[in-house]
This record gives sequence, structure tokens and C-alpha cells, in this order.
Amino acid sequence: MRKMNVFSLIATATVLLAATVHAEDKKTLTIYTYESFVSKWGPGPKVKAAFEKTCDCTVKFVAVADGVALLTRLKLEGASSPADIALGLDTSLFKEAKDTGLFAPHGIDAAGAKVPGDFKDDVFVPYDYGHFAVIYDTQTVKNPPKSLKDLVDGDPSQKIAIQDPRTSTPGLGLLLWVKAVYGDKAPEAWAKLKNRVLTVTPGWSEAYGLFTKGEVPLVFSYVTSPAYHMVEEKTDRYQAASFEEGHYIQVEVSGLLKGAKEKDLAQRFLSFTLSPAFQDIIPTTNWMMPAAATSQALPDAFSKLVKPQKTFLLSPEEVAQNRQAWVREWLTAMSIK
Amino acid sequence: MLTQAEARRALAGGIVALTLVIAITALPVLALLAFASRFPENSGFDAYTFSLLRFTLLQAVLSTLLSILIAIPVTLALCRRPHFPGRLWIIRLMAVPMGLPVLAGALGLITVFGRQGIVNQALLALGLEQPLSIYGLTGILIAHVFFNFPLACRLMIAVLEGLPQEYWRLGASLGMRSWSIFRFIELPALLRAIPGAAGLIFMLCATSFTLVLVLGGGPAATTLEVAIYQSLRLDFDPARAIAMALLQILVTACILALLSRLPANDPMNMGEGRRISRMDGQSWPARIWDTGVIMCACLFLSLPLLAIAWAGLRSNFLEIVTSAIFLQALSTSLAIAMLSAFACVLLALVIAFARQVVAERRAPPRSARIFSASLGSLSSLVLLVPPVVLGTGWFLILREIGEVSRFSIPIIIVINMLMALPFVMRVLQPALQSHRARTARLVASLGITGFSRWRIVDWRVLGQPLAMAFSFAMALSLGDLGAVAMFGSQDLVTLPWLLYSSLGSYRSHDADSLALILGLICLGLTLIGTAEREMRP
Repeated sequence: MRKMNVFSLIATATVLLAATVHAEDKKTLTIYTYESFVSKWGPGPKVKAAFEKTCDCTVKFVAVADGVALLTRLKLEGASSPADIALGLDTSLFKEAKDTGLFAPHGIDAAGAKVPGDFKDDVFVPYDYGHFAVIYDTQTVKNPPKSLKDLVDGDPSQKIAIQDPRTSTPGLGLLLWVKAVYGDKAPEAWAKLKNRVLTVTPGWSEAYGLFTKGEVPLVFSYVTSPAYHMVEEKTDRYQAASFEEGHYIQVEVSGLLKGAKEKDLAQRFLSFTLSPAFQDIIPTTNWMMPAAATSQALPDAFSKLVKPQKTFLLSPEEVAQNRQAWVREWLTAMSIK
Repeated sequence: MLTQAEARRALAGGIVALTLVIAITALPVLALLAFASRFPENSGFDAYTFSLLRFTLLQAVLSTLLSILIAIPVTLALCRRPHFPGRLWIIRLMAVPMGLPVLAGALGLITVFGRQGIVNQALLALGLEQPLSIYGLTGILIAHVFFNFPLACRLMIAVLEGLPQEYWRLGASLGMRSWSIFRFIELPALLRAIPGAAGLIFMLCATSFTLVLVLGGGPAATTLEVAIYQSLRLDFDPARAIAMALLQILVTACILALLSRLPANDPMNMGEGRRISRMDGQSWPARIWDTGVIMCACLFLSLPLLAIAWAGLRSNFLEIVTSAIFLQALSTSLAIAMLSAFACVLLALVIAFARQVVAERRAPPRSARIFSASLGSLSSLVLLVPPVVLGTGWFLILREIGEVSRFSIPIIIVINMLMALPFVMRVLQPALQSHRARTARLVASLGITGFSRWRIVDWRVLGQPLAMAFSFAMALSLGDLGAVAMFGSQDLVTLPWLLYSSLGSYRSHDADSLALILGLICLGLTLIGTAEREMRP
């Protein structure tokens, strides 16, 4: 009988834990996003407060690991997803997201959005962007690579940590960047770059952790990464290498779901993402560039960042069509002994 | 012997437990299969899949062999030197890698063995040109040994310490030398623990994910688990993910089956259960050897842990541990860990009792033996079901019932419970077995049954293995990110989640502090598991 009591104890505890009370007096806007957006340091808490001030509603974030997981979640839930808005997809997931048929045209005036590479879409609204870049440690790297070709052909003993395109969006970004620059010669480029790669991590965090621990002098990240170190840590030790060919861009977008219960509210939120109230929050929380006008100038650190001369962005259709083949190509090139 | 009613109850409990374990693992697979049938196109296996399988098995076999081979001399040395200074703390320290999120452990290892690590600095200072490279198979093996040899040690030490005092006395009075003691006393005991420990380590290494990617150096080092994750997350091909998961389970299960055929001769130890005092190994060479082995193991184990502690202390430790979000994460993590550990120990006890009842029958019918065997193997095979498959499957089931976020904590508890089950079984099953062998007849002849038997007899002996099992399960649950990542919502923050979240927001120093705290908590937990040892003279 003792065992039975213990069972019922667990059952009770579980029910107690599970019973989250919901106050249902206000409208609730459900936004699916990725984890670092809603973290304590991310834009989420401020965005929620700012929008709730204007809408007489409650903003509810549901966070999954990253943009890829976000899309998976939507596919799993299909048309009955409780989400009104998905925020945090990026340009490389774009076409696949559209093909699910789960998104509705946003129907808002998105003319305020200014993103390099002339991004226009009637389904997705950009809210920030960042160019990918190789970040280097100025204490150990005196002559950083000046171009992607330089990186590929350069000294193989100067190592870089990159991310796996199978599990990470920056990883996929580097894959597309190399493809955009090298085209059919990409496998040869990877075969060379391979000697310079210290390791390939499953996500951005692991690679960047290795970099800040001093284990590796170069890491694949964003042009905006040094801004974090300059603003929060008051150091300009870590800098982005400017590449002559230009930089590949990642545009982060949000979209309205067809099955949204609060369509009006969702549209108002999408418009809000292009307003200064939202855009002011982005640079120093998400550490990305704002996709529309901000009310005040960005912190000084941002003016010191590398300004890419040319922006690469393969069309979403091309990416969706070739992604699996390109990843396979990458696997083969990187696996040769 | 158990009374008829007790035996019936124990068997019924076993059936419930078996059903529960099957339901928790099979339902999500079925849900995912049903879902996958809506996506007709799927790619089958190809040469690449098999090259993944080959690498998965290669690194898992090597990691297991190394972990066990290293654990054997360490275990023997620690058992032969019951008065080695700090011995208890060394054993406690062995519990820490278990509760560390793998990434935190990996960063600690890199501080020691990495390109800029202590070892390479020392090698350079000694004038050696070519630094040791941790990236590649070497790194994977070092990391797997670091995480798993302490586990093997703890399981083996438990068996050796459970040997009755008479063995050692007899050995001494017969004038047995070290080799004979090894041959006739230690080896048979070790052989009882090795198949279980090796099986566990093999499963852990075969399903390794983050370590393999971070330290593997490139996609040439990829396990099936990574490909399963990729199929389900990036390519969204549930059918392929399940096919690969089944391949992983099947192949690994075959190897485990081979392993279980190892000669596990099972002498029932009947003793007084007193503390070991050993008379052997007093010669100087033996002393020097044991001390050397223990010191080496200590260095290997503690250097990465010290690196983690050092990094944690250098960061804004106090600020982190007093922040509101940390306290929230701490209480959530502890609550989840306690509940899942509690549930897990209970489930393991029920299973162990049911198997014991079958084992105590003089001639158990075929069906009973199959039942007992499936209880035993299922409770360990659960480790092979990829968490991403479990999580996604349960997600599909739960969303039919209601809002998924409401179930997130219970489902995390259930998944953590299941993942800890194989570990807890390894601790409880042998303890229960030898305890019953010692006391069953006596208790039956005295007519002590039910709760009073539990209070007077069982608790005193089983208390310590239970505490150890509980701390095992709690540590595992504390360090687990997987289940949380699947269901995470805005309000659910656990310590590993906070750690990864800090790393994902450039805050690697915060992550250092959190890794230190997780390590300290695990060390604290082992105090529960080893408390009684200290009280003995």
C-alpha cells in the first residue's frame, strides 16, 4: 500500500505543477519564436512590454530552440497550430516555410522595411538582418583573412570553428556563401578550407564558446558580433574580418499564420515590428541590424562595424531546391581524409 | 521467501511497470509513424547511412573498452586502499561528470587537452613541437572516457565493496598473493559488474551527439543520432528518422545481447555485510602502483573539473547565483530532478522486485522467464530511443489532448525518469539480489512480512543503494537539456537550459558560473549517496 500512496503523491504533484492558471479576460496574441529571442537578455521581454502598452492584450511567447525547430513545430501542428505569428524564420528557411501553405499574406504596409539586397515579400516581414562574417581575436591574429578566397587558401595552422549546416542556420549560411562565391567549384574550396577548420559544431553557441575561451582564433558568426563585446564588455578585442567579395546576409522575418485566431491583433503586431518602438530594441538585445528606421542613432559601436560592400543572397527557391544536394556535397568534401 | 500475496503483488507491479515503459517509448514512435504516413516521399538507407553506422559503432566500442580498461585498475586500487587519503571524496568526485551538461564538460576538457590547453602548454614547455590534437577520434574517446570511466568505477566499487568480509579473511589466511586474489576474488566480482557497466556505457556512447560533433572535428565524425536529429529537424523526414532510430536500436541491441552472454557467474554472496578491511597489498610495489593509479585517475578526472570551477569562479559568480532567473531555474531544476528521481527509483524497485520473484521460484515457467528478461532488457534499451524521437512523438500525442505547454513539466519528468532507469537498475538490482539472498530465508522463518519487514530488515541494507540510485537519477535529470529543449516555453527555465541560453546570447561567463553550480550540486548529491560510508568507523 505504501507504493500506492507514493504513486498518488506523484500524481497530485504532477497535476499541481501542470495546472497553470490562465487569466482569460484580455485577448492573447500567441507568438512562436526561438529561445534567444525571449531570453532575459533578448528582445522578448521589452517587445512584450512595449506592444502590450499599445494593444490592451497579452503577448504570449512560445519559444523553441531555433528557427529550424520553429518551422518543424509549425509543420507538426499543421493548420491547427495555436500560433498567430511565427517570428524568427530566416531567408534560408523561407521557401520551405511558404510551401507549407500555413502562412497568409501579411496585408500590411511594409514599405518601411529597409534591408540590403532589396528584400520584398507579401508573406514575410523582415524585422532584422545581419551579414555573416569571420570574427577574429586581435590578440592572436595580426593579419586576418581579407576575403573568402583568402580564408580558403590561407595558413591552415590558423584555425577556424564553423557550424554544421545540418543543424545550424549560420552553418547553412557559410555553405551558401561559399556556393555563392565559388559556384560549381565549391567542393574544391571546401576540401581546402577543411584543413583550416578546427571543428564543426552543432550550433552557433558551441563554436562561439570555443572562440571566447581562446581555443580557436577565428569563428564564423555575424558582422554585428563585435558590437556585443564593445557595448557590454567594453572591449574591442574581437573584430569582424571584412571580405572583399562581399558578405552573405541573413534576414530574419516574421509571418502571419492562416489559422491565426487574432488576425487583426497579429497584423498590428507585424506593423509594430517595423516601428521605431520595436526596432530600437533589436540592436542591443538581438545583436542584429534593425530592418527599419529607429528613433535614435545606434550606439557608437555599431558605426565601427564592418560595412559589407556587396551583399550575397541566393534566391529562396534556389536554396530550397538544392539544399539537400549541397549539404551532401559539403559532407563528401569535408569527409575526405 | 515472500508470501504468496506478496509475490503476486510484485508480479502485478512488474506487469504494470513493463506496460508503462513500453507505452512511454512505443506510443511516440507510433504517433510519429502515423504522422509520417502523410508524407509519402522518403529516402531509405544509403551507403552514407552505413558509413555513419560504422563510425557510430567504432567509436562506441573503443570508448567502452577504454572506459572499462581504465576503470578496472582504478577500482582495484581504490578498493585495496580503504584508507587512502581523500578516498571518499575521490569516489564522490566521480559522480560529477554525470550531472554536467555535456557541453560544459567538453569546454572543461578543452581547457585541459585543447590546442591552448594545459597539456599542450606543458608539452611545448618540455620542448615538444607537435601538440596533441583533441579534435577527431582521439577527442571523442578522451571525452567519452572522462564521462564514463567514473560511472564504471562506481558500479564496480559497489560490487567489490559488497563482497563479504570472509573472502578477504580467507584470502589472507590462505596466503594468497595479489594475482591469486585478483584471479579468485576480484575478477569474479568485477565480471558481475562489467557486462552491465559496459552495456550502459556502450549505449551512452552510441547515442552521443554534442560531444561527437564538437570534438569530432568535422562531419567525418558523425553518429546516427546526429542523422536522426537532422532527418527530423532539418529535412523533416519523420519516416527516415524512425527507420534510422530502429536501425540504431536493432544493431545496438544485438551488440548488447552479445555482451550479456559474457560469463556472468553469479555467486550469491552470503556475508555479514561488514566494512572491508583488507590485509593484502601491503608490499611497497603494490602501494606505489595503487597510489600511482589513483593519482593518475584523480588528475584525469579533476583537471577538467578544476578548469570548470576556475572559469566559474573567475566570472561574476555571485551576481549570477543571486539573480532571480537563476533562483527560478534552480528551483525548477531541483523539483523536476527530485520528482523524476523519485519516480525512477520507485519504478526500478517495482521492476527489480518482480524480477526477484521470478528468480526465487524453483522452476519458473517459460513465460515468467521471458517476462523477467524483457523487464531487464527493456529497462536498459530505453537509452537507445533518441530523445528527439521521444519528444516529437509525445508532442504529437499531447497536442491532441490539450495545450502542450501544460504537459511540459510532467513529460519532462517522465522522460528523465525513463532515461535514468537503466542507471538506477544497475545499482538496485544487484543490491536487492544479494540482500534477498542473505535475508530471505531468515525473514521468512521469523515470519516478518510487509511493512515491518521493510522497516526492520530491508531499509537498513537497501537504504544506501537506494540513496545512491536516487542521487544518480537526480544528477542525470539535472544535467539533461534534451527533454526541456523539446517542450520549452517562456516560463519553463531549467539550469542546463539557462546555461545554453547564456551561451547563445554571448554570455559565456554566465555559462561558466552555471556549469560550476551544476557541478557543485552533483557533488552535494553524492553526499546523500555516500553518507553512510562516512559514518562507519
